[in-house]
Amino acid sequence: MSPAEAMDAVFIDIELDEPAKSDPELAKKLEEVCTVGIFKASAAGTEIVQGQLDECVLCYLCVDACPTGAMRIIKKYEN
Amino acid sequence: MIFYEYEARKIVELAGIPVTKYGFCQTADEARKAAEEIGGPTVIKSQVLTGGRMKAGGVQFADTPDEAAKHAEDILKLEINGHMPVGVLVDPKAEIKQEYYASVVWDGTAKKPLMLFSDMGGIDIEQVAEEHPDHVGRGHISNILPVGDYEAKQVIAATGVTGSQLNRATPILAKLARLFRENDMILAEINPLAELTDGSFVALDAHMEMEEEAVGRQKNILRKELGIAEEDTRDTYVPSDFEKNVKAIDAADHRGVIQGKDHGFDGNLGLVIGAGGGSLTLTDAVRNQGGKPANYSEIGGNPSVAKACGLAKEVLKKDGVEKIAVMMSIVSNTRVDIVARGVIKACLELGKDPAETIAIFRIPGAWEDEGNKILDHYGVEYCDRSVSLWDAAGRAVAKIQGAS
Repeated sequence: MSPAEAMDAVFIDIELDEPAKSDPELAKKLEEVCTVGIFKASAAGTEIVQGQLDECVLCYLCVDACPTGAMRIIKKYEN
Repeated sequence: MIFYEYEARKIVELAGIPVTKYGFCQTADEARKAAEEIGGPTVIKSQVLTGGRMKAGGVQFADTPDEAAKHAEDILKLEINGHMPVGVLVDPKAEIKQEYYASVVWDGTAKKPLMLFSDMGGIDIEQVAEEHPDHVGRGHISNILPVGDYEAKQVIAATGVTGSQLNRATPILAKLARLFRENDMILAEINPLAELTDGSFVALDAHMEMEEEAVGRQKNILRKELGIAEEDTRDTYVPSDFEKNVKAIDAADHRGVIQGKDHGFDGNLGLVIGAGGGSLTLTDAVRNQGGKPANYSEIGGNPSVAKACGLAKEVLKKDGVEKIAVMMSIVSNTRVDIVARGVIKACLELGKDPAETIAIFRIPGAWEDEGNKILDHYGVEYCDRSVSLWDAAGRAVAKIQGAS
């Protein structure tokens, strides 16, 4: 396994639909609510930090912060 | 806390036990002056927190102050067992009639200090106790009641010492016992306690160790009398690479706690264990079931995936490790699924199959069902709280013994 692959999330993936992903205000909110640093806010919207995905504690605060149905947390081990 | 010889000598002196006129020196010039003040032949001793000074050349004899200075210069540059000296002790070369041994040690079984005395000093007391048990006197003292001279006298008399020697040695052992208690020592040793040709007794060498937990309340002797700085912890333990790496992983992330030790462990079963005394219990269980642990560890306090992964990786990278056992007592504030993610991720990142590498996963508690889903997905054998720590350890041992 290459170091790059090692950084990939093994257990958790997060999908965030447009236009929510490009919303700078939502990006700030996501960065604020996530306790494990999965979201990074920028002018372009929300960046999902791949290296942090496996730290997701399944609190769903990010899902609650998004418009209904815009974000999905995928447990890869359930697939 | 361990003390240098010159400090131990000072502690002995403060307790009223006679010592020879000695000098602690940090340069060759100071050693020359100390030897001049002493007058006559001297002994120059390296001040290091390790044994084997004599064999390493850290103890030299000098007939003149110039010779003392030369020896001091050499010894100050001499590394002994990885330790550089903080200075040298310049001591008179005493005219010794006989060497004795006197000490007080903490007896953890009796939970009392134990006085020891032998009329065969200058050598290791363990050797004397084994080869000449009748030459070692022993006696416990109270943790609370005052130490009476008669108690010391009984211990010395048991070795056959009588007459003026008994009368002169008695107050020394009694004072040693009192200083042991007053200064919260775990070891106070004078070896040799010398009877000089004039009949007097002096402490020629001393070794002292203070209980670590007592350092905070012994500021008077540590700071004022000995001048030991607060930041001077005297930690002589040299951590292994494994221990250093685990410590660095722990320090890099505030979430949870991990610890790892591997001094004295060279087995093939890596342990990722913890929770409420679980580490000690599980290490014993693995050993008692015939397993060979590769390390000791502690994990808890709800660590991040990265921290659990980091610990598991360090364990797996150790030479000789074939499998790991991930076991804890019952966890309430550590999440089972997070630890499961961490250890599986460690296996995957090292190119190992989690199902083959993890001998057993037994962590019952918070988020156990979610953890089980992850373990199921990767085919890792796990068990719940209905399987005891002993049985879980047994399963891990059986698996690794079956594999090798």
